[in-house]
Amino acid sequence: MASTDVARQPDKGARPLSLAGHVGFDSLPDQLVNKSIYQGFCFNILCIGETGIGKSTLMDTLFNTNFENFESSHFEPQVKLRAQTYDLQESNVRLRLTVVNTVGFGDQMNKQESYQPVVDYIDRQFESYLQEELKIKRSLHNYHDSRVHACLYFISPSGHSLKSLDLVTMKKLDSKVNIIPVIAKADTISKSELHKFKIKIMSELVSNGVQIYQFPLDDETVAKVNTTMNGHLPFAVVGSTEEVSVGNKMVKARQYPWGVVQVENENHCDFVKLREMLICVNMEDLREQTHTRHYELYRRCKLEEMGFKDTDPECKPVSLQQTYEAKRQEFLVELQKREDEMRQMFVQRVKEKEAELKEAERELQSRFEQLKRLHADEKAALEEKKRLLDDDQSSFSKRRAAAQLLQAQSLTANGKKDKDRKNSGFM
Amino acid sequence: MIVFLRRPGASTLWQQKNLEGYVGFASLPNQVYRKSVKRGFEFTLMVVGESGLGKSTLINSLFLTDLYSSEYPGPSNRIKKTVQVEQCEVLIKEGGVQLLLTIVDTPGFGDAVDNSNCWQPIIDHIDSKFEDYLNSESRVNRRQMPDSRIHCCLYFIAPSGHGLKPLDIEFMKRLHEKVNVIPLIAKADTLTPEECQQFKKQIMREIQEHKIKIYEFPETDDEEENRLVKKIKDKLPLAVVGSNTIIEVNSKRVRGRQYPWGVAEVENSDHCDFTILRDMLIRTHMQDLKDVTNNVHYENYRSRKLAAVTYNGVDNNRAKGQLSTKLDTVEGMSPLAQMEEERREHVTKMKKMEIEMEQVFEMKVKEKVQKLKDSEAELQRRHEQMKKNLEAQHKELEEKRRVFEEERANWEAQQRLEQQKLEASRTLEKNKKKGKIF
Repeated sequence: MASTDVARQPDKGARPLSLAGHVGFDSLPDQLVNKSIYQGFCFNILCIGETGIGKSTLMDTLFNTNFENFESSHFEPQVKLRAQTYDLQESNVRLRLTVVNTVGFGDQMNKQESYQPVVDYIDRQFESYLQEELKIKRSLHNYHDSRVHACLYFISPSGHSLKSLDLVTMKKLDSKVNIIPVIAKADTISKSELHKFKIKIMSELVSNGVQIYQFPLDDETVAKVNTTMNGHLPFAVVGSTEEVSVGNKMVKARQYPWGVVQVENENHCDFVKLREMLICVNMEDLREQTHTRHYELYRRCKLEEMGFKDTDPECKPVSLQQTYEAKRQEFLVELQKREDEMRQMFVQRVKEKEAELKEAERELQSRFEQLKRLHADEKAALEEKKRLLDDDQSSFSKRRAAAQLLQAQSLTANGKKDKDRKNSGFM
Repeated sequence: MIVFLRRPGASTLWQQKNLEGYVGFASLPNQVYRKSVKRGFEFTLMVVGESGLGKSTLINSLFLTDLYSSEYPGPSNRIKKTVQVEQCEVLIKEGGVQLLLTIVDTPGFGDAVDNSNCWQPIIDHIDSKFEDYLNSESRVNRRQMPDSRIHCCLYFIAPSGHGLKPLDIEFMKRLHEKVNVIPLIAKADTLTPEECQQFKKQIMREIQEHKIKIYEFPETDDEEENRLVKKIKDKLPLAVVGSNTIIEVNSKRVRGRQYPWGVAEVENSDHCDFTILRDMLIRTHMQDLKDVTNNVHYENYRSRKLAAVTYNGVDNNRAKGQLSTKLDTVEGMSPLAQMEEERREHVTKMKKMEIEMEQVFEMKVKEKVQKLKDSEAELQRRHEQMKKNLEAQHKELEEKRRVFEEERANWEAQQRLEQQKLEASRTLEKNKKKGKIF
């Protein structure tokens, strides 16, 4: 990836000096370029357009190769994105190109959510880069940048105006990616219709506040050509990988009964302009804009969401470290709280269970007491009965003894009586 | 144009297509060139060495300008008591390329009697530049990220001819992981070629011995370049001579030092390695010095700084051993992601703790419940036993009573009988008595 450092403006202390000879630092740009070539370049294009509008064909035509594509059906339930990465090389320049196509865009009955998968994809790439940037140990110079650098939005060649789906989608994307609208299948529009169509499209974009990508005018070497091209937007393109013989050359073209539409003929369509602007002149600027504008916006929003600020409530600058430390404090406090809560809960449960068990113990105890009492009562009753029996027995034995005594007495008395009788009988 | 097409990840299937047309991204290098020239460049160079070693002169010679002149006197003209770090910014232009050059000088280094810690202000300065960059990189609103980090440090070794001094070794050891260190033999015109050779060998030996990592030239794919790089490596450390004066030699105007015995020419590669230094520092490796500073030294600083932040609030429960093994996984994340990870760990730890506590709790409850059950059973048993006992006694008593009742009943019956008999006999007697009387 090319160096992205921004040279600072010389401070008041920096004074210009003249050199007495050739020092040699004018090779610095070459050093930078050599490094970039060594590392290789990387570019990611997103193509949004309805099924069958010619996205894959245009990519094939632009990059002069046959990317492995297959036709998608019109019956996708949801919009999906398909990304494919290729390593291309032209002379000594290596380019890692990622082409992302929408699948099923514009096919659904309800297209309200059609833009969402696209926005999500773009955000995911930003997020992935942001995560890498925030890591403690990171390797940004090795990182394969997957952020979308250019978005080609394919407009249907209706000849009238933009569809509402187009406006809605582009409005959602204009702050996230460089949008380059193109009129697809431009060989179905006549020159005059095309002119009116382009004006209508541009005015609709302006009136809806859609910010499309403007070719940069700050560099004098390319300002002029860029200004001209800005006036030709949106480019009306035709794509074709088939070759037709025209004159004595084989050119990329589409053969109709009424003529041959040559892709690279600037009278026939704006393909060459698109290639020139997109690849030859502004590819690097597209990358830079993505990094310094769109990505920074995403990053700023994300960090603010996470609670990072550059200044604290008293408007004093807050360093990253302070923010991290504050967050860490919060975090530790939260963890501690959770731990305490859990312990509390347990202590509570233990208490409850203890109370339960104590209650059960007490119950048992009282039962025990009760039984003891019952016992004692029964024993007492038994004792009473025993005592009664003993009493009866003793009274009985007394009676018996008394009776026996009486009997014995009466017997002796009777004996005496008998004796007396006997004695009296003698008289 | 030849276009090679290869799907990354697929097997090495190269599809070579010879196409008529061209794509145009071969112009990317030009686009990069254009943009970089428009942006301008910046470079910060630090020079360290004892005073009088010719640092200012060398800078002037390198950049063919009077950085330090009578209007802007260099630090060498001022006497310092402690080590200072001074910056001087100049804007130079050449061939349409603008360079903002900052020279950082360290007057007072090694000049005191006691030089322990004289490197500290330098280290602090380097770190403060890293810190500035880190802070501006970490802001929410990033505009310009001015790069004032030190890209290269030229360390001047006094031409003693013997070896490195302890101060040299100490300094380089402390700074080699913070900045690109390029050691130079200063005032090389006091050494003969043989002495110089010896000296260089000795120095390199000592550098390797102390495992000092001086700036290394990167390997490239280019054979030619690698050969050149090897030639330079053999001459390290570079022995340089600087001069502010231009002298005429063989009808050529050259920078040099005029001696009675001849002129030591600065840009003569037979006389010293100045041209090698200049070419390497400015013409071929300036960008690489910046890249190494950005990708290696700065990243080291950053990861150490951020790791310190995240381990700031470590509680005492973490053993030191745990920390060191964790660093490997932690460094792969941002501090926030790491906090997330810690939170997850904490949740699992708590869950485990909860389960353990639950288990202990259940066990204790079971114990207690079991105990209760046991005593209940015991109670029940005893109660049963006692009941049986009592019943047995009851029965016994009942039996006794029955026996007794029977006995009594019998005896009473007998008594009654006797009584009846007695009554009967009495009445008989009575009657008899009565009858007799008549």
